[in-house]
Amino acid sequence: MLEIKNLHARIAEDGTEIIRGLNLTVRDGEVAAIMGPNGSGKSTLSYILAGREDYEVTEGDILYNGESILELDPSERAAKGIFLAFQYPIEIPGVATMQFLKVAMNEQRKARGEDELTTPDFMRRVKEAAAELQISPEMLRRPLNVGFSGGEKKRSEILQMALLEPRLCVLDETDSGLDIDALKIVADGVNALRSPDRSVVVITHYQRLLDYIVPDTVHVLYKGQIIKSGDKTLAHDLEANGYADIIEAAA
Amino acid sequence: MNIQAGFKPTAAEAALVEAYDKQLGDLPGDGATLAARDALLSDLKTAGLPTRRIEAWHYTDLKSLLRAVPAYRDEMTASRVDPIVPGSTVLSVTNGKANLRSLQDGISVRSYADALLDGSAAERLSERDRDDAIGQINGSFVRDGLSIEFADGLEVETPIEIQSVQNCGQVSTRFPVRFGAGAKATVIERHLAVGDEAALVTSVSDVRLDDGAEITWIIFQSQGEADTHLAQFKASLGANANLRLYVINGGGKLVRQEIHVAVAGEGSNLTLRGINLLGGESHTDVTFTVGHNVPHTTSSEVIRNVVFDRAKGVFQGQIRVAPDAQKTDAKMSCNTLLLSDDADFSAKPELEIFADDVQCGHGATVIDINHTQLFYLMARGIPENKARAMLVNAFVAEIVEELEDEALVESLEGVITDWLDRHA
Repeated sequence: MLEIKNLHARIAEDGTEIIRGLNLTVRDGEVAAIMGPNGSGKSTLSYILAGREDYEVTEGDILYNGESILELDPSERAAKGIFLAFQYPIEIPGVATMQFLKVAMNEQRKARGEDELTTPDFMRRVKEAAAELQISPEMLRRPLNVGFSGGEKKRSEILQMALLEPRLCVLDETDSGLDIDALKIVADGVNALRSPDRSVVVITHYQRLLDYIVPDTVHVLYKGQIIKSGDKTLAHDLEANGYADIIEAAA
Repeated sequence: MNIQAGFKPTAAEAALVEAYDKQLGDLPGDGATLAARDALLSDLKTAGLPTRRIEAWHYTDLKSLLRAVPAYRDEMTASRVDPIVPGSTVLSVTNGKANLRSLQDGISVRSYADALLDGSAAERLSERDRDDAIGQINGSFVRDGLSIEFADGLEVETPIEIQSVQNCGQVSTRFPVRFGAGAKATVIERHLAVGDEAALVTSVSDVRLDDGAEITWIIFQSQGEADTHLAQFKASLGANANLRLYVINGGGKLVRQEIHVAVAGEGSNLTLRGINLLGGESHTDVTFTVGHNVPHTTSSEVIRNVVFDRAKGVFQGQIRVAPDAQKTDAKMSCNTLLLSDDADFSAKPELEIFADDVQCGHGATVIDINHTQLFYLMARGIPENKARAMLVNAFVAEIVEELEDEALVESLEGVITDWLDRHA
């Protein structure tokens, strides 16, 4: 599904190198957790996967289903099935949530050469997915993310993910700012999407989320590199002992 | 009639004087009306069209911008179009001539030409001051329009669209409208052109809200690419009256829309929202003054401008607070989205405050598309051009949504989307 090879990347504006030779492979159907202390490059990695212009890849490659995506803009990557659930979803006053969902779904369908959804079909899909995530119709009537609580924003991200049916989901600190009930709803939403042909990259600072979204593999990111990989027990070790031991061992 | 000795009129100034001489014979009016017209034209001739040296016209040098005046033509052929909000009651003025129809009980509609003929219009056929070129030109040439009165306490659910449509030539109209005490209504003042031939349109709306009236007034201008549109909206608000005024410009080559409101009764409120959709080589000026004349009045103004191509826009906004108008609350902001390197917008907010216990503020911003929002939309699979269009639309839709009336919001968003689809 995803193969990151010797990736080096920096902030376009000031040239600060954030990702320094990162290697990572995520197989079809795999749920991979990326953990790391603050400033290790976790969010940067998620933005680079989605194609944000503020970062420049200087070396290495990102292969998605065997093809390099470095030349694709964010909308082209999304249409190919890459989805980033934002740590801080963006508020867009003046854009109605429903209109946004419809345009996004139909633009992706168009890009893939599929027919646009009929309005009844669209409404049905949104209604079903929203009910699963306990998203009220009232929330859907508001402008995109405007006035949403932290938990509502995260649920809205998962709703978009469910509706857009991506192949590769990247969850950036989806647990931040969530209480335990909201965390369960979000985790259930993600787990419902697990399938043999869909992979998930869960980026998180804490092990807590991984109790609910149980990963197949866990990777420790530090100073822009993966310094250790393992199975889910690695996350528990980190929770118990912190990052210091692993960082020291890798140094 | 001659322009003063030593004063060389521009082609447009000469054409206006000549047009007046030519049309004088068939301009409607009694002696008092004629005297008022003569006085206005004489002031226009004395000073000429205003230049940038006149402060109120600093960003719109009418003398150099008004290059030509299309001739008055009697054989114009435009006819009315469907209203913006489906189901509205339409009062049409085609090619400057009112088509009268009677409305429900409590609304009286008269032809303004009648008021010119019987002399009752003469008193208000005046200029605001010597620099009031729009009042002068309109007052000299006005032929018709509509005088409308809403009875006290009348509540009208269905929007009323005053639709002024023409295809070329010269059109000057006036709309004196009085809303009785406690009246509630929505009026859409719409100016549009059909066809590509140039027109010079002038229009003055002279509006009075009696105590407690609650009125939504929407001005939507979509003149043709060659047209000059010079308009004035004047209003006076009684105690506890509430005027919600939307001004949307989406057309014209040379446009000046003046808005002058006297928040004259205690507890009255003005809410002004302006949307300027500017493209091509057009020049559009919205000049606004509000006078807070008594204590405990409020006003809020938000202007949103979207500027493409080589278009130029101007917003002049002046809040005046009289010495005894304590507890005034007035806030004005002007936000501009510049979408090309050659696009241009000038904003001049002004506060003139003579009372000491007031809250007044103003702000002006010029912004580009928000890149974080753009990235978010694109990350959901929306291609860049479409995502940009959505954000431009959102920038202005945000203030349309304040209207809350679903039919109205949907209709106005429709005209905005249409405009953006043609220009983006």
